[in-house]
Amino acid sequence: MLALLGSPLAGAAVLALVGHRDRAAELNVAFSMLTFLAAATLTARVIAGGALTVLDEQFFVDSLNVFLVALTAFVGMTTAMFSRPYMRIERDHGRVAAGGLRLYHSMYQMFTFTMLLVLTTNNLGIMWVAMEAATLTTVLLVALYRTHASLEAAWKYFILCGVGIAQALFGTMLVYFAAEKVLGSGTGALLWTHLDGVKASLEPTVMSIAFVFLLVGYGTKVGLVPLHNWLPDAHAEGPTPVSAVLSGLLLNVALYALVRCKVLTDGALVSGAPGERAAFASRLLMGFGLLSVVVAAFFLSRQRDVKRMFAYSSVEHMGLITFAFGMGGPVASFAGLLHMTVHSLTKSAIFFAVGHASQKAGTQIMDDIRGLIRSNPTVGWGLMLGTVAILGMPPFGVFASEFLILTQAIALQPWAAPILLLSLGVAFAAVFGKVQPMVFGDSNLIRLPHQPALVPVFSHLAIVLMLGLWTPPYLADWYRQAARLIG
Amino acid sequence: MISAAGIAAQLTELALAVVLAPLLTGWVNQCRAWLQNRSAPGLLQPYRMLAKLFQKEVALAHNASPMFRTAPYLVFGCLCVAAAIVPTLGTDLPLNAVADAIALVGLLALARMFIALAGMDVGTAFGSLGARREMLVGFLAEPALLMVLFTASLISHSTSLATIVETLAHRELVIYPSMAFAGIAFTMVSLAENARIPVDNPSTHLELTMIHEAMVLEYSGRHLAMIEWAASLKLFVYSCMGLALFFPWGVAEGGDWLGIVLALPGLFVKLAIGGAGLSLIETVSAKLRIFRAPEFLGTAFLLAVLAMLVHVLLEG
Amino acid sequence: MSMATLMHYAPQVINLLAALLLLLAFAMLAQRRIQLLINLFAAQGLVLAASAALVGLVSGQHHLFVSAGITLVLKVVVLPLILHWLIRRLNVKWDVETLFNIPTTMLIGIVLVILAFNVAQPISLLAGTVARSTLGIALAAILLAFLMMITRSKAVPQVIGFLAMENGLFFAATSATYGIPMVVEFGVALDVLVGALILGIFIFQIRERFDSLDTRHLEKLKEQ
Repeated sequence: MLALLGSPLAGAAVLALVGHRDRAAELNVAFSMLTFLAAATLTARVIAGGALTVLDEQFFVDSLNVFLVALTAFVGMTTAMFSRPYMRIERDHGRVAAGGLRLYHSMYQMFTFTMLLVLTTNNLGIMWVAMEAATLTTVLLVALYRTHASLEAAWKYFILCGVGIAQALFGTMLVYFAAEKVLGSGTGALLWTHLDGVKASLEPTVMSIAFVFLLVGYGTKVGLVPLHNWLPDAHAEGPTPVSAVLSGLLLNVALYALVRCKVLTDGALVSGAPGERAAFASRLLMGFGLLSVVVAAFFLSRQRDVKRMFAYSSVEHMGLITFAFGMGGPVASFAGLLHMTVHSLTKSAIFFAVGHASQKAGTQIMDDIRGLIRSNPTVGWGLMLGTVAILGMPPFGVFASEFLILTQAIALQPWAAPILLLSLGVAFAAVFGKVQPMVFGDSNLIRLPHQPALVPVFSHLAIVLMLGLWTPPYLADWYRQAARLIG
Repeated sequence: MISAAGIAAQLTELALAVVLAPLLTGWVNQCRAWLQNRSAPGLLQPYRMLAKLFQKEVALAHNASPMFRTAPYLVFGCLCVAAAIVPTLGTDLPLNAVADAIALVGLLALARMFIALAGMDVGTAFGSLGARREMLVGFLAEPALLMVLFTASLISHSTSLATIVETLAHRELVIYPSMAFAGIAFTMVSLAENARIPVDNPSTHLELTMIHEAMVLEYSGRHLAMIEWAASLKLFVYSCMGLALFFPWGVAEGGDWLGIVLALPGLFVKLAIGGAGLSLIETVSAKLRIFRAPEFLGTAFLLAVLAMLVHVLLEG
Repeated sequence: MSMATLMHYAPQVINLLAALLLLLAFAMLAQRRIQLLINLFAAQGLVLAASAALVGLVSGQHHLFVSAGITLVLKVVVLPLILHWLIRRLNVKWDVETLFNIPTTMLIGIVLVILAFNVAQPISLLAGTVARSTLGIALAAILLAFLMMITRSKAVPQVIGFLAMENGLFFAATSATYGIPMVVEFGVALDVLVGALILGIFIFQIRERFDSLDTRHLEKLKEQ
């Protein structure tokens, strides 16, 4: 547990000192690996021994967050591997200086640390603080290139998320305010484990108002429409490894925070205000989720920048997951969790491939990238397979989770199913139509000075493929347990 | 049941207002002169001015209608009634039955309407310009004034001025944040309504800026005297209203003579301090452009609304 | 002053401070001059510190004194000094420009205040603290700061809006709940400080790139 949080923190400190040296990238990978090892150990312990709390109950791991911890550490590690050649090429192109690299490596570790802190902390207040810290580190990462566009994107990102996150703090205070009545004042009243125990006796009115604020706050970070404006800009203008972790991890982490709060709100509402209002939080989540799916699907077709397009695809998928959690029930929550996993793996794989592709073409404009498969078959295939996977084609895992979500929607919320299907169809047409000419056709690309890192791309895709064909029984058990926690 | 003592008290109060009003104006001018390092014209200058004007002959425009001639008396009359219903010395007076906050605002509006009509009557450019500006200021100031009075009414659950003053004066000391807001708003409205410096300048005839003076430019002799006197009275009414709302202590509760006599020195002291404060504001602030006046009064309105909201939330 | 008188007047003084906070929030919304804006922000910090200390005194929650101290140092001294230094360095003497005219902004502000009071009303009824009715004001202050952030076009006022929003949050914490637990508070304070510093660096970079601090220049990234 301590190793899990300590490793990225130490990494951040060390890399802040030596991050500009040649070997810094390897060091970055090493620290990320260490983090992953710690996460794996922790996961094994939780699988064996169930939920545990550490350090005077300040940290807390159960089957819901341990799977996200493992996922975060894993994608963090592969992204570090990918960023090693990527950032070298960027340096050779003169887009980042040595100081920039130091900032990048140090902030990368810091970002991993803050995400893991959000996931493992038991204290809703600390969760907020860590989330804000994650925003700050990523703002610095997005602005790394110091160009007009990247500064603009970072500024937008900061202002929007700053505003949003302030609403979340207000929501957190309201939760504390409701809990104080039951648990007494002091740190105990913000610990999630304590709150979960007494959630039925929390004041329902206060909790529902608190949830609205939390939804607006964390929803901004999840990228739910209409609070998504920062997301495409930040993805398009930051370095590609940052886009990969933003899409693959940060959005998940924010959604995790939201889900934790939903559990409490549901608990308070079900016992305190039966009937119509009990489904308050679920309805809100479903509404925002559906809106995100629809809006993002229609924006997809209008994009010219490849990273922007995939950023919108992230908005769409986050909307889908939010919708699944909003529906609730064991199957939908199971599907939501599965979708979180496969989406973050696939999306980061796509960003890896896209990163190399745009480095080769020297542009991110899709019309200018042609014939990837000729010049570099592995990158081309990686992008093609990733796209096929993210669009929900069988046999990939995304198909399985989307299929589950859709069947649940037909069963529980029949009105929403056609809207979802239509949006997914529109998204498919838009993305596939744009990626196909990028991959096939005549090439106009240059060779790169460093060998691209393709292990991450294909290892991610392989896992996604495996999840689509066969879910290992212990993994399925684990998802089921987590889904039960969400309710 | 109206007692003889009550009528006497009422008349005393009215007479006091009419007699003292020019003195207050003189005091404000005096303080202003001191603050601006000028030699003061003397405390009794407004009286000398009125006396001089009454002796002068009236020069009327050819096309002046009877409206023009009667307006000064009507305005003066309106303000006399207004002065009578504001509880300055005691709260138990015969006119209390009509001493309603909304009626008071109505009386002041009536006076404004007459003077504006008179300003436009002769048809000179300055007259109608002043009238238009005066109506603009009035249009913006009235809602703010009403909001201030409503805040006080909310606290005392009545729009009767006497009840408001009694409630505010005879409760134990409670801090009302809403009244603080309302006080600032009221000060701003009073400045605008009495043609004081951030909005208008009473001592200039500069055509671009003047409001009140432009309107009364055609008047002379005893008509002008009445108008000037009415202006003093208006300042006096506003001052007393402010004192009654925000510093109500010392006002006699019953209609007995002793209380009223005891309240008198208190009133003097309060008016003296208020006048000095007014001259201080006038000295330290600069005249706003006429187009900024709506913003000034908008702020006053905003503050008054805030006062009401704060009252509802914090004190309700 | 005896304890009883203190207990009697303290809630009223807290209400008064709450009203002042709201007034300052409006004043910031209406302010055109950037130096005055910073001073208003500092004044708001002072009101905040005073109210936190007073709530601490009345409720016996002595950790609130520490909060008040942090607020005093950070928001009344350090941040305003940084901001003043920043505008001196950047030579920003011009007036603040707004996207709407000020009276319109004020009217929207009033609507927001009414909204905030309505939202807070049911919560206030449940609060058992001395300063329970101030929650609505805190929410109003947050929303007004938010409004300021979105109606100002220059970078520095936006930053001040961001910080003022945090003021409102802090006030909500003290008024409704006697302060959030200390650990969290330290975290929040740290985040705000770091955030402000990062924004400061950003402002320099934006100016370097665009020769202006008008964020209306930052409008290249949008949907075609």
